[in-house]
Amino acid sequence: MSARNSLPAIVLALFPLTVAAAASSTVLIRNATVHTLGTPAVLEHTDLLIENGRIAGWGHDLKAPADAETIDAGGKPVTPGLFGGLGHLGLEEIGLEPSADDYALRLGSMRPEFDVTPAFNPQSIVLGVSRLGGITFAVLAPSSGPGHSGGAGGTIIAGQGSVAQLDGTVVPKVRALFIDVGGDANALSGGSRAAQFMLLQQAISEVHSPKELLPNDQRLLTPAGRRALQSFLDGAGPVVFDVDRASDIREVIAFANREKLHAVIKGATEAWRVAPELAAAHIPVILNPLDDLPESFDSVGATLENAARLNRAGVKIAFSLDAAQPHNMRKVRQTAGIAVAHGLPWEVALAALTRNPAEIFGVTAGHGSLERGRPADLVLWSGDPLEVTSLAERVFIAGHEQSMQSRQTLLRDRYLAKLRANAAR
Amino acid sequence: MRGLRAAHEGMFVMRRIICFMACAALSACATESGKSTAAPAKAATPPPAEVAPAAELYPSTYHVPSSAPTLIQHATVLTGTGARLEDADVLIVDGRIQSVGPNLTAPPQAHIIEGRGRWVTPGLIDVHSHLGAYPSPAVEANADGNELTSPSTANVWAEHSVWPQDPGFRTALAGGITTLQILPGSGNLFGGRSVVLKNVPSVTYQGMKFPGAPQGLKMACGENPKRVYGEKHQFPSTRMGNVAGYRAQWVEAKEYLREQQEYQKKLAAGDKDAKPPKRDLRLDTLAAVLKGDILVHMHCYRADEMATILDMSKEFGYHVTAFHHAVEAYKIADLLAENGVCAAMWADWWGFKMEAYDGIPENIAFVDAAPGGCAIVHSDSEEGIQRLNQEAGKAIAYGRRAGLDIPPERAIRWLTSNPAKALGLLERTGTLEPGKMGDLVVWNGSPFSVYALADYVLIDGAVRYDRSNPAVAPQSDFLLGQPAVDGVYP
Repeated sequence: MSARNSLPAIVLALFPLTVAAAASSTVLIRNATVHTLGTPAVLEHTDLLIENGRIAGWGHDLKAPADAETIDAGGKPVTPGLFGGLGHLGLEEIGLEPSADDYALRLGSMRPEFDVTPAFNPQSIVLGVSRLGGITFAVLAPSSGPGHSGGAGGTIIAGQGSVAQLDGTVVPKVRALFIDVGGDANALSGGSRAAQFMLLQQAISEVHSPKELLPNDQRLLTPAGRRALQSFLDGAGPVVFDVDRASDIREVIAFANREKLHAVIKGATEAWRVAPELAAAHIPVILNPLDDLPESFDSVGATLENAARLNRAGVKIAFSLDAAQPHNMRKVRQTAGIAVAHGLPWEVALAALTRNPAEIFGVTAGHGSLERGRPADLVLWSGDPLEVTSLAERVFIAGHEQSMQSRQTLLRDRYLAKLRANAAR
Repeated sequence: MRGLRAAHEGMFVMRRIICFMACAALSACATESGKSTAAPAKAATPPPAEVAPAAELYPSTYHVPSSAPTLIQHATVLTGTGARLEDADVLIVDGRIQSVGPNLTAPPQAHIIEGRGRWVTPGLIDVHSHLGAYPSPAVEANADGNELTSPSTANVWAEHSVWPQDPGFRTALAGGITTLQILPGSGNLFGGRSVVLKNVPSVTYQGMKFPGAPQGLKMACGENPKRVYGEKHQFPSTRMGNVAGYRAQWVEAKEYLREQQEYQKKLAAGDKDAKPPKRDLRLDTLAAVLKGDILVHMHCYRADEMATILDMSKEFGYHVTAFHHAVEAYKIADLLAENGVCAAMWADWWGFKMEAYDGIPENIAFVDAAPGGCAIVHSDSEEGIQRLNQEAGKAIAYGRRAGLDIPPERAIRWLTSNPAKALGLLERTGTLEPGKMGDLVVWNGSPFSVYALADYVLIDGAVRYDRSNPAVAPQSDFLLGQPAVDGVYP
């Protein structure tokens, strides 16, 4: 046990927790394997210069500016910052505590105008923890659910969300609408999934024909709700359907085609069964590659090959954990690796964590790929970014290098010191 | 899927300590203080004649199938004892490990497995599962894991909820799980008895039951019991209520045990009129803990609560075998090691409730680093149980970043020998030592990789999973005729 007793010293850097972003600095990363997710796809043994917050250039034997910090990557990979999926980042500081949770509207009425974004808390410690996992952007998604203790609940339209960067900022003018479909949402639609499409259709007819409306007390939408839904019918952003069963996905495809929505399928456990139809409709799918059990009768077709089969059929995929709870979003990287172990090409798995979600949510200007002249949003990894034994070493968001400290590293360092002291006793 | 049950956090199990092996120390703990120490407590207090020992009730019907000798050649072998052997062979004969080393000779008719490029480890053991009790599909009709009608349901046995057709057993097998403990949930102070299963297909749970494995008792700290009963405006609704609740039960159990002992004394003295105390299933369980026959597995997140529980175990003279979920174990790694208590942990799950707010991904590495520390990777999840090996990989990586270099041959113990110890089964499984059960996994490479897959899983020497031949591991009855079966649909 003696070897175990000799715990090494650790540097107890005491950065203020709230300082996520350092000043914009000049950094030269030497000899990296750069995965651009663009053209060319991979740059071997490449130097990458970050200056004034932008990727100033890449190539071989770049000259270091006078003020540059030089990092020898030793061939290690650089990727665009990763996508943390859809969920409650900055909207749920802790589970089971209503005062720290802002992700659900429970007014009992359909409110597509509900936008969860103003609740986003950039001080949430979940941001720092997730940044250390190489996550640089994520979708803020509201959730629907039945009311607490029999009180008013939500409806199948959970509301709108946006895209946050893990430096605590929200990407402006990007919105998505979230809708629940399937057996999980039966309690929100009077007991039948058939009513989910009936209600959506009624809401849309209220938008299209405000003058032929039912009496006020039978309308689903407020005037603001009609305007909000109208904007998504006009293409303001993607409409994300959380749905698993193959037949429900088919209904969503038909509905989206009819209403000309930018539909996105989320969850999608049985999506592989309707992969050709999804590909033909150009509907992307956001899935958790780990779903391989029939958790419900909506997902009896669950398989670890979902991602690989969708990709083979030409469907654009992105990854997100099932749980909207944000705390372990860093695990999404592991799910990508497991998809590779079950037949997905490695390059596609990385795209499903970077370029694809950036395209789906319209944030390609700042995320998802590396391009000269663009703000630096990238991660230097200790090894294969999809491997569980690799960790992020340096993280840049919107041109700024991020502190590699989080509340978890502070706890670690405090108690590692204690462990060392006890071992030396 | 909306991830409503990604993990069942909150179920605890307590294990019993039947004394196959390493239990002598535990029996000592269970001896009532102040009583004669000349004879072991167990011998002095046989159960009333009309009460059969737990091992004889609902008995295991699992039998080791006959199988050809198996020789795995030229593999990297992690023995589970802390050793790593390169280019080594593993020979299994009559269901047991016969030898491990270089250049072993194949017996006639041996099944040869090419090990070049592959790694061999003991079969993985999950000490915290609810498979079968919270099965897939997670419909209400199948939710049999938490008897939330009284804060003490020490009378219930998890095995009576286990549905052997849970498709999750097979997916866990594909992840190398050969042995698993099924626990009641954590909504109660005393959740009930656990059961240890061999991960083999069976129509009955008795056909999976690990022969002779000690039972456990699941107990729970903290938020879950106080929330479940507090919301019903019942006792307990606070942490101090939780502790008062445990203590009241132990007081009752002590009295019950005393009455049983009195009765036995009278019988021994030839008193033909002696009447046995009224049988109580709840107190049977608690008395068995006090006697050292049932192992205590306690769901506990916070360091301060674990310390309280350790004091309580001393007050009543029992041993806590393992704290489960233990997200703050790193704060008291030395205290746990000094008390001989294992910590069963996730690699990185945290924050889903207040008592999980201080979780850090170095938790496992810190517990492992304390001299004498016993770290276990557990799942509490039908997803996590499929890849305990990768959870360990993450813990290795975070440990390394903190300056704790943990080699694979050490880390594998978190999934094999340490959980075997916590289940009272280390003499029988959990390592690749000669004479032990032929429970092992042949991996396609290092098991601590995201790309790791089990190529073969052997239980008692029989190949129960072969990645190249899905027919070896039959699908659950539930999946027949359903579109879930891998490869059936294009």
